[in-house]
Amino acid sequence: MTSSEAAKTVSNPHQAGPPLWLLAELTYRCPLQCPYCSNPLDFASTEQELTTDEWVSVLRQGRAMGAAQLGFSGGEPLVRQDLPDLIAEARHLGYYSNLITSGLGLSEAKVNAFRDAGLDHIQVSFQASDPELNNAVAGSRKAFDQKLAMARAVKEAGYPMVLNFVIHRHNIHQMNDIMALCERLGADYVELATCQYYGWAFKNREGLMPSRAQLEKAEAEVQAYRQQLAVSGSAMKLIFVTPDYYEERPKACMNGWGSLFLTVAPDGTALPCHSAKLLPIDFPSVREMELKTIWYDSPGFNHYRGDSWMPEPCRSCDEKGKDFGGCRCQAYLLTGNAVNADPVCSKSSHHDRILAARRAADHATAGIDELTYRNADNSRLFFRG
Amino acid sequence: MARVPRLRPGFRFQWEPVQDCYVLLYPEGMVKLNGSAGAILNEVDGQRSVADIVATLEQQFPDAGALEGDVNDFLRDACQQHWIEMS
Repeated sequence: MTSSEAAKTVSNPHQAGPPLWLLAELTYRCPLQCPYCSNPLDFASTEQELTTDEWVSVLRQGRAMGAAQLGFSGGEPLVRQDLPDLIAEARHLGYYSNLITSGLGLSEAKVNAFRDAGLDHIQVSFQASDPELNNAVAGSRKAFDQKLAMARAVKEAGYPMVLNFVIHRHNIHQMNDIMALCERLGADYVELATCQYYGWAFKNREGLMPSRAQLEKAEAEVQAYRQQLAVSGSAMKLIFVTPDYYEERPKACMNGWGSLFLTVAPDGTALPCHSAKLLPIDFPSVREMELKTIWYDSPGFNHYRGDSWMPEPCRSCDEKGKDFGGCRCQAYLLTGNAVNADPVCSKSSHHDRILAARRAADHATAGIDELTYRNADNSRLFFRG
Repeated sequence: MARVPRLRPGFRFQWEPVQDCYVLLYPEGMVKLNGSAGAILNEVDGQRSVADIVATLEQQFPDAGALEGDVNDFLRDACQQHWIEMS
């Protein structure tokens, strides 16, 4: 970067605020094969990952812009050998850093070393409450025992314990077992994230999406468990994410395009969310441009800021300031055009596609073994076509 | 016994120059604090009692009058939110 470039001020045509949340997707490499992975289908085509120095530069630029929350994610971020250095740099810069991991490749020694380097939080993901189902979903024979051991090690090392379960039709019946497991482990936060349909999950939607009856039962079980926790004075928080496909109004996706969240993909592509790579938009790379210029001035990040891009029914909708027309990726996946209203909205002329998916979920019979697993071989099929 | 507040594990309190305010950071979340909440939490160090904190704040803000009620209200709320704990 030349000094004139560094001194350049940004024009910020939409008066965007700073990116408070930086998600560093360090790699797409992962030992697991979860069929609902949010990584792009063609992840195996990704060019060279950013180097340690390039990541350090991204962290510094993001922090200077105001980012306070930092996520280390992937793929499985533990496969990056420089993770301890990046953690130390993040702490030095004043980030609150979160490691989002499958727990595979983690050890008690690493858990402690990361803490000493300044990591604030480790989130361990699970696939189910028992080894058999967990390992079947993860496509790994030994995942569950390792996850349990690592969840305990995280707690032992004094981190807050955050456990994440992606919920779908094959594990939604385990809700009570999952919550009981989390309570036994001493979790502080439990994310019960019903699957959202992007990336591999969109590909596998019919085999993953729960029926409305399954969902309502699960919601009632979570509610009852919350009351039980309140009575016992437990601080464990249950965060239940309802799937978009059962809503009548879209979510305010990412709190608005280019409003708070900045993702940097393994190859340096800067994105307004981790799914946006699937959109036919040219997003800049941190290898070519300063992060500040990317965030405030690049066409990619300004694409859906404000509301002048909105067609009907969003344009005249009195809720457009609240939900921003929903999710651009979902609009693109379901209608072929990202400017359309998110079809989750009952006002969308494409809402019938959501209704059809719900009907299909009432009659779906596919087993776990019929899902397309997220691995490099399957990924190559997508980019080779 | 004097009550001593401290941040719960996993919570970090810090000044954010870009946002021009104190924030409380926790796993994948952030609370922007208003002026008085920031001033109170700034005194919470796991060592000093509520009474000490009230005395310090009353010295810092002599025009604010008695602060015990406000500080207690805020700390009770912060306990209920599980941001802090009392020992």
